[in-house]
Amino acid sequence: MTQYLLSVWHDKDATPEDIYPDEKEREASYAETGAFNEEIKASGNWVFAGGLHSPSTATVVDGTGDEPVTTDGPYSESKEQIGGFWVIEAPDLDAALELAARGSKACRGKVEVRPFQGE
Amino acid sequence: MSRPAHGEVEAVYRAEFGKVVASLTGRFRDLDLAEEMAQEAFVEAVRRWPIEGVPPNPGGWLTVVARNKALDRLRRESTRQARHEEAEMLTAHEDPAAPVTSVTDERLRLLFTCCHPALSTEAQVALTLRLLGGLTVPEVANAFLVPERTMAQRITRAKRKIAAANIPYRVPRDHELPGRLRGVLAVVYLVFTEGYLPSSGDDGIRDDLCAEAIRLGRVLRELMPDEPEVAGLLALMLLTDARRAARVDAGGALVTLDEQDRSLWDAAKIAEGHHLVRECLRRNRPGHYQLLAAVNAVHTDAATAADTDWGQVLALYDQLYAVTPTRVVALNRAVALAEVEGPASALVVVDGLDLDTYHPYHATRADLLRRLGRNPDAVAAYDRAIGLTANPAERALLAARRDALP
Repeated sequence: MTQYLLSVWHDKDATPEDIYPDEKEREASYAETGAFNEEIKASGNWVFAGGLHSPSTATVVDGTGDEPVTTDGPYSESKEQIGGFWVIEAPDLDAALELAARGSKACRGKVEVRPFQGE
Repeated sequence: MSRPAHGEVEAVYRAEFGKVVASLTGRFRDLDLAEEMAQEAFVEAVRRWPIEGVPPNPGGWLTVVARNKALDRLRRESTRQARHEEAEMLTAHEDPAAPVTSVTDERLRLLFTCCHPALSTEAQVALTLRLLGGLTVPEVANAFLVPERTMAQRITRAKRKIAAANIPYRVPRDHELPGRLRGVLAVVYLVFTEGYLPSSGDDGIRDDLCAEAIRLGRVLRELMPDEPEVAGLLALMLLTDARRAARVDAGGALVTLDEQDRSLWDAAKIAEGHHLVRECLRRNRPGHYQLLAAVNAVHTDAATAADTDWGQVLALYDQLYAVTPTRVVALNRAVALAEVEGPASALVVVDGLDLDTYHPYHATRADLLRRLGRNPDAVAAYDRAIGLTANPAERALLAARRDALP
């Protein structure tokens, strides 16, 4: 078994209105994502998951120097930012990709699949 | 045992490398180890065979030697308990006389792993040529005209991703198979087309890449005899490659199909290709490669260019467009349309295609304009096509066509 981070990516400036065209669609996405979470708990793939507040709520701390330096904003200025993630356990990448496809469909966002280092 | 004839070790190397790597990967689930030990087994063959003679079953010999080397390596490096135990466990069951089982399945697994969609196309091609085709890293680098270091990094990175991301070592399940097989076929065909019409470099045709792609096509056909697209791809490559000797003239310029000396075509490859196309027709499950093969079967069936059944070619392109509705297919269909309905009808279709950066688009347009007597427009189109291609044989053909215009 390998653990994978499935991170959900959205455009940095995307508002909920951009991701979900209407209220009904948002409700549907939340419901589908909730159902997906229950399914992967039942199937034993679930490790952890969570949705994040917008990138503008992020703070970067650099503790590598003598004194920690704190700055406002997300670390990366890139156009795409993480909106949420799952940590799952799967027998191989194909299984992880299948779960990622289902998660992506449910939450209406592209999902990056990245393995955790083992041992 | 017999002494190896000149080139025999190299021939065995090409034929057996993929099998040895596949067999070892199946056993140890470690591509790096499999590749290195296969390489070492061949080094040993090069050293021992000239003295001891070629063993009766060279592939079996190489696999056993590589496997034993792998076990030695694991024992030596068994700093990690798990690996140690693995080596111990394997030694306990070791029987050097036991036949290597289901090598064909192992090779198929290896091919699907190398062509996994989680890897970039470039990495898929490189891994397939290296691990299954047995090309050395410098050979793969040379084939794609990238520095050896870049290619070595590309292969290493791909192998690391396979290990870290746990890309499975197996043939995909039935519901995934059609999509995954498409990827594998695309990689093999990419190797072939890069050989047949290199996108850059000084060679008009790279025989080694064409031969390697056909060899991979044959392996695939042996492993998946019931897949019509596999037969279609092999037929397509054979029928295309059969015309190789006629395709470039003494001056190194490309010769178009209608002007080729058909006596130079390889009759054996054409016969094999036709046989495969007939088999596909009987199965009646048409697909992209089968239809392209059928187009090539029509061309290679004609004794002279004038005998070509263009109506049949056009009908096949109509079918192909239904399966693969791309602009490139539409362009090739227009070439057949020009023969059936004339260049004016074809030009209307071609002018409606948005393919401005694709050099065959301008080459096709130039020929249609030339046939319609629109010489200045034809010259401009030839110039545009020449500017967009780096293949020397093709540039020579286009320049000759342009310069022949009054």
